[in-house]
Amino acid sequence: MIETISLGRDFKVRGTLVPAVRDLSFRVGAGEFVGCLGPNGAGKSTTIKMLTGILTPTHGRALVAGLDPTRQRKALARRIGVVFGQRTTLWWDLPLRDSFELVRLLYKVDRNRFRQRLAELTEVLELAPFLRTPVRQLSLGQRMRGDITAALLHDPEVLVLDEPTIGLDVVAKAEVRSFLARLNAERGTTVLLTTHDLGDIERLCRRVLLIDHGRLAFDGSVAELRALVPGQESIEDVVAHLYLSSTPAAPRTPRRTPDADPPTVTA
Amino acid sequence: MGSYLLLAWTWARASAQYRTSFAVSIVSSFAINALDAVAIGIVFLHVTTLGGFSLREVMFLYGTGGVAFAVADTLFGNIERLSQHIKAGTFDTMLIRPVSPFVQMAADGFGAHRIGRLAQAVIVLSLALPVVPWSRAWMVPLMILTGVVIFTAVFTLGAALQFLLVDAPEIANAFTYGGVTLTQYPLSVYGDQLVRAVTFIVPLAFVNWQPALYVLDRPDPLGLPAWFRFAAPLAALLLAGCAALAWRAGIRRYRSTGS
Repeated sequence: MIETISLGRDFKVRGTLVPAVRDLSFRVGAGEFVGCLGPNGAGKSTTIKMLTGILTPTHGRALVAGLDPTRQRKALARRIGVVFGQRTTLWWDLPLRDSFELVRLLYKVDRNRFRQRLAELTEVLELAPFLRTPVRQLSLGQRMRGDITAALLHDPEVLVLDEPTIGLDVVAKAEVRSFLARLNAERGTTVLLTTHDLGDIERLCRRVLLIDHGRLAFDGSVAELRALVPGQESIEDVVAHLYLSSTPAAPRTPRRTPDADPPTVTA
Repeated sequence: MGSYLLLAWTWARASAQYRTSFAVSIVSSFAINALDAVAIGIVFLHVTTLGGFSLREVMFLYGTGGVAFAVADTLFGNIERLSQHIKAGTFDTMLIRPVSPFVQMAADGFGAHRIGRLAQAVIVLSLALPVVPWSRAWMVPLMILTGVVIFTAVFTLGAALQFLLVDAPEIANAFTYGGVTLTQYPLSVYGDQLVRAVTFIVPLAFVNWQPALYVLDRPDPLGLPAWFRFAAPLAALLLAGCAALAWRAGIRRYRSTGS
């Protein structure tokens, strides 16, 4: 469903080319739930932006739902949903319901399907109390549920989320997580998310990609990730250890080659 | 097209939520532009012709250039706020929708206040229309249409430049707003070098100057060939092609923001 081949992006900073992402190759199958970890500035967001067509890669290529994100950006937009935790895609001054109506029209979603889908999402995400509230007056948790709904109204095959739980309280976080798990289990939607919250990883992701210094440093299950650093109790400690010991020159092992078998899925 | 209307309508509704601000902006936009037109009247209190053109003829130039600019500005002018959207990260959200980011940018923040400038230019143009001989009137709608295309292309080129100069949108604005000011007066009041530049480099001379020479039946002060007067659609298409290429190149070079 998602495939990258030696994907890379350089940025020119004061005249010199700095690679933000380099030689990134991985494959995500249909129905997988994959979490993307990495320290700040490691290249997670740049990767997500290349996969969604926002940024044009300078090296390699990507295929999402069989489409080239750069050349077929508009076609891809109809088949994927994107959620940014740090910013909204909703219309700030309009009631939430009106933003959804706009999404329907922009994505040309059939009216009946839209009504049905919105009813389902309204029920599951408990949107009813604030459907008529302007987006600017929503709490962060409400806004995030609204953003997730907007990203799913056109029934995408792939959902990409960039830090979807950032800034949410414990209850809101739990709601978002259980919704995403259901979406993946019941509809088979492929989910790729980035996060700094290891709770997201432990509770949701059967597979973890660790990106560090723009490279893929680890690709495997949560259990395999734990096994990398023996003797650490919590996953936080494991990841902190990995971040601290990282150097740009030597990517950590074990590093799967892109052609290796997909990792075992641990339920 | 459908998406544009849809987005513009939504934004107009959103902006109408702030009623006072809406009323103030429409009145102030009209007043500021009206003062601009009054300035021409003041000039003519002291002279009888400007660059060889009478008051009515200057008003004709002002009106055609003004209407073309106002229509382009109303429909697409918001594209010049690209750098703000890049910095705020909202341009990212336009790239994930199945609608051209150009259309989304153009319609973004659409409000009826954009019409203030148009109203003023239409008034000036209608006052100037008696100067147009009936047999040459067909050129007037054509020159306004090509003017709209040229100004839209200039707006787009300016926006494309902002992909590179995110922190210097003013450089781009100098061309658009400088451009409209330039077209408000007969080009014969400017130096030859400038006239050549706006004929051959940024073809603002084709917005109204060259076609107006035909409408008003005047010789070209620079002695350029007569067919230039009919070359405006060609110049507009060439410029629009360049603008489209520049915009696409800009999207490819787009860097997004940090997070």
